[in-house]
Amino acid sequence: MATHGVEFADVSFTVGGRSILRGVSLRVEQGTTTALLGRSGSGKTTLLRTVNALVRPTGGHVLVSGRDVSAEDVIPLRRGIGYVIQETGLFPHMTVERNIGMTLELAGRRREEIVKRATEMLHVVGLPDDAAQRYPWQLSGGQRQRVGVARALANEPKVLLMDEPFGALDPLTRAEMQTMLRELLRRTGVTTLIVTHDLDEALYLADRVVLLEDGAVVADLASAEVRESSNEAMRAYVAATHREVTL
Amino acid sequence: MSGFLARYGSQIGRLTFEHVWLTGSAMLFAVAIGVPLGILLTRREGLARPVLGVANILQTIPSLALFGLLLPVPFLGDHAARLAIVALIGYALLPILRNTYAGIRGIDPELMDVANALGMTGMQRLFRVELPLSASFILAGVRTATVTCVGVATIAAAIGAGGLGELIFRGVASVDNGLVLAGAVPAALLALCADGVLGWFEKRLVVRR
Repeated sequence: MATHGVEFADVSFTVGGRSILRGVSLRVEQGTTTALLGRSGSGKTTLLRTVNALVRPTGGHVLVSGRDVSAEDVIPLRRGIGYVIQETGLFPHMTVERNIGMTLELAGRRREEIVKRATEMLHVVGLPDDAAQRYPWQLSGGQRQRVGVARALANEPKVLLMDEPFGALDPLTRAEMQTMLRELLRRTGVTTLIVTHDLDEALYLADRVVLLEDGAVVADLASAEVRESSNEAMRAYVAATHREVTL
Repeated sequence: MSGFLARYGSQIGRLTFEHVWLTGSAMLFAVAIGVPLGILLTRREGLARPVLGVANILQTIPSLALFGLLLPVPFLGDHAARLAIVALIGYALLPILRNTYAGIRGIDPELMDVANALGMTGMQRLFRVELPLSASFILAGVRTATVTCVGVATIAAAIGAGGLGELIFRGVASVDNGLVLAGAVPAALLALCADGVLGWFEKRLVVRR
């Protein structure tokens, strides 16, 4: 029997009378990457945020490594889950080294250990050693995202959550980041959930693609099946992404 | 000029020291009360309006009237300097409180989100994210409060609390502009110095993004 890294069991979330998530059931196998795809407002980010308890579902359960998130102490839970958002997520008053080592600092690790790990992580994400003492404003958008990924993985989390991590990047930098991330996910084997609008990004990075519409799962497919899928919602998404252009 | 300084120099020195002592003591208490209270308001949003409202009202009471109103208060009324410090704390509180509250509330919500997502406890978030990011804003409040206090402290002489206001009141009573200036100029210089020094620190604390 496969171990589930993350499991959503009939998860609902209603706020102000509006249903954001409606009975989402989904299993993300350990060590795999799943992309959450869908329009803006389809509930992707909200679903992602139920995993690290930034959002508390109003119905159903979210399980991480078989344990119900709602029954866990949020502090250790969150420290075991990496989180990457768009480039605004770095602390502007901290150096790159301190940003990367923050999860270790919070866990009370020794300074030498934190510096060593931060340097290792800089290499892992392809940044030079001298980036360590720079501040986020001194980096390009792509470099900032590399730091964000390094920070999320520094503590060797069991789950990695990424919310449109490359949404603000230009296509070339975005492609470089995708290449780096794909290799990194394969190497670390961390269970990953990535929210994206970009079908190509989803297919490149993920083992499975889940399509959400109005807070409900309308397609859950292996990446290899997406383009040829007969699922109507998925076909519409594929068609919208790859339109024929006659000039 | 030299004759004036020979006559009043030591008085100006003593009264300047008293003025700095009154203002400094009041500011220490105001920061010790205002910053934690401002932080508390960011955690208890419901309290923000009434508490800021009270601080606002305190600010609007004319200083001479406030000194007069506090005179009959037991423990305060029989000690002029103590009374003056309490009144000055009242004036200093609003800018510190308001800037601490607004500085923390104004932090990018995504950064707060990340701080929570990394597993920071409330105190870790406060000392690692909220206070460093709002420090320049809080210091701007302390700067405004200090300049206000230096000015209001001159009125404290009316109740016998000392300070540079003593020279001003004496000068006004004896229609001696020299004496008025002997109190007013050092008070203005004190305010300018405090403004300059705190402004320098404030600029250094601004976080570049």
